Amino acid sequence: MVRVYVPRDTTACALGADGIAAAIQLQAARQQREIELVRNGSRGLFWLEPLVEVETSDGRVAFGPLELEEVEQLFNADGSPNTGHPRYLGLTEEIAWLKKQQRLTFARAGVIDPVSVSDYEAHEGFAGLRRALTLSPQQIVDELKASGLRGRGGAAFPAGIKWQTVLDAPAIQKYIVCNADEGDSGTFADRLVMEADPYQLIEGMIIAGLAVGADKGYIYLRSEYPKAHQILNEAIDAATAAGYLGADILGSGRSFYLQVRLGAGAYICGEETALLDSLEGKRGMVRAKPPLPALRGLFGQPTVVNNVLTLAAATTVLAKGGAFYQDFGMGRSRGTMPFQLAGNIRRGGLVELAFGMTLRQLVEEFGGGTASGRPIRAIQVGGPLGAYLPESQWDTPLDYESFAAMGAMLGHGGIVVFDDTVDMARQARFAMEFCVAESCGKCTPCRIGSVRGVEVIDRIISDEQRAENLTLLRELCDTMEYGSLCAMGGMTPFPVRSALTYFAEDFER
Amino acid sequence: MSAVMDRGAAVAAAFERYRNEPGALLCILHAIQDSLGYIPAEVVPDIAAELNLSRAEVHGVISFYHDFRTQPGGRHTVQICRAEACQAVGARELEAHAKTALGVDYHATCSDGSITLVPVYCLGNCACGPSVRIDNEVYGRVSSARFDSLMAELKAGAE
Repeated sequence: MVRVYVPRDTTACALGADGIAAAIQLQAARQQREIELVRNGSRGLFWLEPLVEVETSDGRVAFGPLELEEVEQLFNADGSPNTGHPRYLGLTEEIAWLKKQQRLTFARAGVIDPVSVSDYEAHEGFAGLRRALTLSPQQIVDELKASGLRGRGGAAFPAGIKWQTVLDAPAIQKYIVCNADEGDSGTFADRLVMEADPYQLIEGMIIAGLAVGADKGYIYLRSEYPKAHQILNEAIDAATAAGYLGADILGSGRSFYLQVRLGAGAYICGEETALLDSLEGKRGMVRAKPPLPALRGLFGQPTVVNNVLTLAAATTVLAKGGAFYQDFGMGRSRGTMPFQLAGNIRRGGLVELAFGMTLRQLVEEFGGGTASGRPIRAIQVGGPLGAYLPESQWDTPLDYESFAAMGAMLGHGGIVVFDDTVDMARQARFAMEFCVAESCGKCTPCRIGSVRGVEVIDRIISDEQRAENLTLLRELCDTMEYGSLCAMGGMTPFPVRSALTYFAEDFER
Repeated sequence: MSAVMDRGAAVAAAFERYRNEPGALLCILHAIQDSLGYIPAEVVPDIAAELNLSRAEVHGVISFYHDFRTQPGGRHTVQICRAEACQAVGARELEAHAKTALGVDYHATCSDGSITLVPVYCLGNCACGPSVRIDNEVYGRVSSARFDSLMAELKAGAE
């Protein structure tokens, strides 16, 4: 029997994977060939989706991007894959775009059936949890500290220090909260973990629970990810049935209960304190810090709030040791970072690499330039609050410190490419407009400043007292940056200022 | 949208399911909207009483989140991604086209009741935009022509 893989991932399905899966089954039935169809996750090679794989004695071979009418010639009469097919890519593992990556967190993505516990176990899954069960809470936290892992959500706070704070906080009830409100445009790494390898996240949350003494966890998932919601719920049910979740994990006497909570379309709930308010059933309003969520978080109790990728990386750290993870990267940016190539890019998708490659290498060597074939003009890194970088900055190494030094940020690793047709004044206006739509409203610089920002940019574009309004806009950006309660208002000036500074000609048309 | 059920039954079912969950207001609101297609003003006092909140607090939560609506929508919800990655591949043009083709602005429903058009900021399909979500399905690389054919399919499919 031939095993055939067709991803059930959002992007694969958005490009027709469900229809292709149905056609493959129909054709096999018609030709009375027996096949086993596995709906795997995506490998993150989105430019090749829908990517169909067929198992052979040499390994899995790939076809893509596949059109529905190309399914017909996928198989030879004897059921073997047709290596003369125009979409034949050879062995999947040998595709250079994939082979050149350093995949730790995404090693299993697209390889396994995302909801099969046994598939996960067969690919080193739950090794970190099994080791954590033999360690004391302090030993687990020490391992994480040794890894140098920093929060992958965007703020890059050292994960081990956060866990230590929660471990040291005395309380009867503590919580692990996973921030899966991946709202930044150009990012899909969290989604890929949840849709392709959900047990990795579940395992990471259990480990965090063991480390700090929390027996309850919530995954706060954005409602824009219906497939991730479905897959996470399937995975939680299966993990519970297999004894990894619930009371007495693997006979250890320890417990961990996990559920998914859906957001409701508010970008600000990706900010951790707004997220906590939302989880409590309230408006997603940002809280003033201190107190830190690590001390007074969900329902006022000590809480670890970590991004999906941070919790997922914790499984590697525990399975292979902090030193192993720490060996990747440069400076104070240790380990690997999943970069996401998006926007106007020829070969978009997920690229996991150790920190240190340059932006130019990434968008040229992996991305292959723009999809439109026109020259790249601007690259926005780090989501809607990230700066637009002109060509002079593309040789900066991709690590936290190098980006911070030039008023930019890596954030969650989203890289959005624009070609030379982009109007940067319009992009700056959109940054302010987005802040108007998504501000929680608690602090004035963000709530009012963004509205004024749109107005001032409109006046600049229509050449009303342009010089005075440009000065005003820069002052407004300063007020928002230094006066806002959180990164929403505080970093909206980043894309605006970078557009003003590096693409000034677009404001003078 | 799922089949419309009796208002009282929908609210009771949501309460029953989340009675022992702390902080479950969003869960309850999602459940009610999934059943009824929207959150009628009439159920706000019931929710407030169940959760020991003021009506103002419940209203405040409903109005804070983009997902919740207080008026019935069309038979299908069509979301167009407005975010940067999709802008880079023509989302602004798609938005303009969609509004013209459907004859409605955002947050409005076509006169035949078939489609409610809603903006969304990112569907996580950023390498293959422009992205559109129709109910629970996401579509990638949606050109204006593709949008028209998707809408024609929706309008042709009764209910």
